[in-house]
Amino acid sequence: MDQKYVHIISTIVEHKPGVLYTVSNLFRRRGFNIDSISVGSTEESGIARMTIMVTGDNRTIEQVIKQLNKLIDVLKVTRLDPENIVTRELALIKVTATSTKARSDIINYADIFRARVVDVCTESLMMEITGTSDKIDAFITLMKPFGVKEVARTGITSLSRGPKSVKIDE
Amino acid sequence: MAKMTGAQALLESLKREKVEVMFGISGGALLPIHDVLCDSEIRHILARHEQGAAHMADGYARASGTAGVCMATSGPGATNIVTGLANAYLDSSPVIALTGQVPTYSANTSYMIGRDAFQEADIIGITTPITKYNVQVKHASEIPNAVKSAFYIATTGRPGPALVDLPKDTQTVKAEMDFSDNVQIRGYKPNTDPHPLQIKKAVNLLLNAERPMVLAGGGVNLSGASPELLQIAELLMMPVATTFMGKSCFPENHPLSMGNIGMHGTMLANKMILEADVLLAVGTRFQDRSTGTLNGFCPDAKIIHIDVDAAEIGKNVDVEVPIVGDAKPTLTMINQRLVKKVKKQKNGPWVKQVQAAKEKYLSELDLGSGDLTSPKLLKELRRLLPEQAIIATEVGQNQMWAALHFQTIKPRTFISSGGLGTMGFGFPAAIGAKVACPECPVVDIAGDGSFRMTEQELGTSVTEDIPVIVIVLNNSMLGMVAQWQRLFYQKRYAAVKLGNVPDFAKLAQAYGAEGVHIESLTEFSAVIKNALKTEVTTVIDVPISPDDDVFPMVPPGKGLKDTVGGL
Repeated sequence: MDQKYVHIISTIVEHKPGVLYTVSNLFRRRGFNIDSISVGSTEESGIARMTIMVTGDNRTIEQVIKQLNKLIDVLKVTRLDPENIVTRELALIKVTATSTKARSDIINYADIFRARVVDVCTESLMMEITGTSDKIDAFITLMKPFGVKEVARTGITSLSRGPKSVKIDE
Repeated sequence: MAKMTGAQALLESLKREKVEVMFGISGGALLPIHDVLCDSEIRHILARHEQGAAHMADGYARASGTAGVCMATSGPGATNIVTGLANAYLDSSPVIALTGQVPTYSANTSYMIGRDAFQEADIIGITTPITKYNVQVKHASEIPNAVKSAFYIATTGRPGPALVDLPKDTQTVKAEMDFSDNVQIRGYKPNTDPHPLQIKKAVNLLLNAERPMVLAGGGVNLSGASPELLQIAELLMMPVATTFMGKSCFPENHPLSMGNIGMHGTMLANKMILEADVLLAVGTRFQDRSTGTLNGFCPDAKIIHIDVDAAEIGKNVDVEVPIVGDAKPTLTMINQRLVKKVKKQKNGPWVKQVQAAKEKYLSELDLGSGDLTSPKLLKELRRLLPEQAIIATEVGQNQMWAALHFQTIKPRTFISSGGLGTMGFGFPAAIGAKVACPECPVVDIAGDGSFRMTEQELGTSVTEDIPVIVIVLNNSMLGMVAQWQRLFYQKRYAAVKLGNVPDFAKLAQAYGAEGVHIESLTEFSAVIKNALKTEVTTVIDVPISPDDDVFPMVPPGKGLKDTVGGL
């Protein structure tokens, strides 16, 4: 059995109703697991980018890419080289903060992680943090002793470094 | 640009795709289309069940090599074609389904789709995993492009079914229609031409092979590559085994033909393929029913795998030379190189070994005891039918006996549900094939269990004057399931005894068809000869023993080397 790794697949798709269903349904039906998926518009109107994180051995990933390529609404599938990409995820984290001590500790940690406080009330603080998934994981671990009330994460999005861009019609 | 209704545009689009016939059942959400159909030259064949209509379109597609069209109304009409589409998807058959849908809006609720209106079903959601392409038209003006895309996608690259969902209001609204020919689909560019470097590698491997063999799949039939396959086989004196879907792509009366491999392949093909040192696999996906367990499949062979679908290469087996390309151009290119390098070959040791094995196999072939066994009947049928006659089969023992004992000679003359294994497919598919090839006799080899599933299409066959012959190998059993219960579940028969009803001869007569009950091979021959002469739909009820098994067989969970002639 091949070693399993986390892979990041960047997929350019037609931005239209049903395309998310088509792509996610393919993963479900073929038994591939999506670790995370993020979807948004791109520099071109009518075109969206899906960044999909998937764990699997090489054979599985090759099948994922080939099967994705067969979908009519999928215009381009690129497997990103993890050594040469910028990857970001955004998270909103709501933490219990009733005492002054807790409040200042949390804000100190947030400063170190370059998280921003985006909502304050007497019982809690909400922080916004952007970065790699590892960084967000670390920050959430740090917040746990205070009492994490809610977390919302976007899943990762990525682009490769350097001047080159992915051209659809190549 | 021309201004017309959506329904008129649909019929105009179909005409431009050279559609002459479609199979379907009408309904509320299709009324505007049927109204236009009254004035059209396209023949609409009224099926008795939408599943039948979908299988007819599939049979038509497989016999003709062009797209087959079926039509069903919204809701239950559309869901009834789902089995037909899944069947076409797994066997890569270009079936176009047109479905009615509730209107996109109505006067009293600004929006109708998505509100669970009468006879509304999310057919796009339902068929997404079982179609190559599907689309719901949102405005009448989109119809020409939707139809064009559906035909283009369904028939090119690796073929497959496509569905166009037509809300009722898009059928009645008038719009400017653009029928221009160029279809632009950014996300679909099938690659049919192979890479020359891969061709070179394949040729080198073939030239250095000592025991080369071909495994030809359904892709050879779909691509029309039978002449090229014959040429390469004869150039290199390579024995040819076919997968179940590949049956009929290579003449089985040819000395190099080994028959099918697989769970019920011939003993010859299953054993010889294990000896090969180079396997040229064309248009096959190495499905489990063909290969048995992959551990031990062709242990010594370097595999050259040609397929138009890149996703099939490396999916199930590791290959030495992957070639993404359509079978016909790819084999043509290989042949062009080979012709320059090889002289007509004589029988070397490998061919002699194969021929000896074939003679032994033929001499040991077990056709069962008694006068009227399924294998003997199928041999007799071959003798009675012309080479171009088309055989359709149902699913189960009847299907496997037909694959083993009915020798196919011409391409596209064996139509059967390979991937999905759909009982009830054969009879409507035979009707569709007969429409595509009215000059050819078409025979459905059926079991009583399968025939019961779509027997109502006798109504279609008789009223539309589409004469086919149905041979019901009748053991009053779901025979293949019973065989497994007999062999692997200690003869604990459950849910397989169908009882000796109906009387199939009387059933056929009730529909106005010819219905005959026979007891001997002599009677059988007489009935077939008569049916070929009279061109009347004929159902032949043939009693067979409920204890008959299909052999050879690869027991479940075993490999081809474990093929047994009996248990």
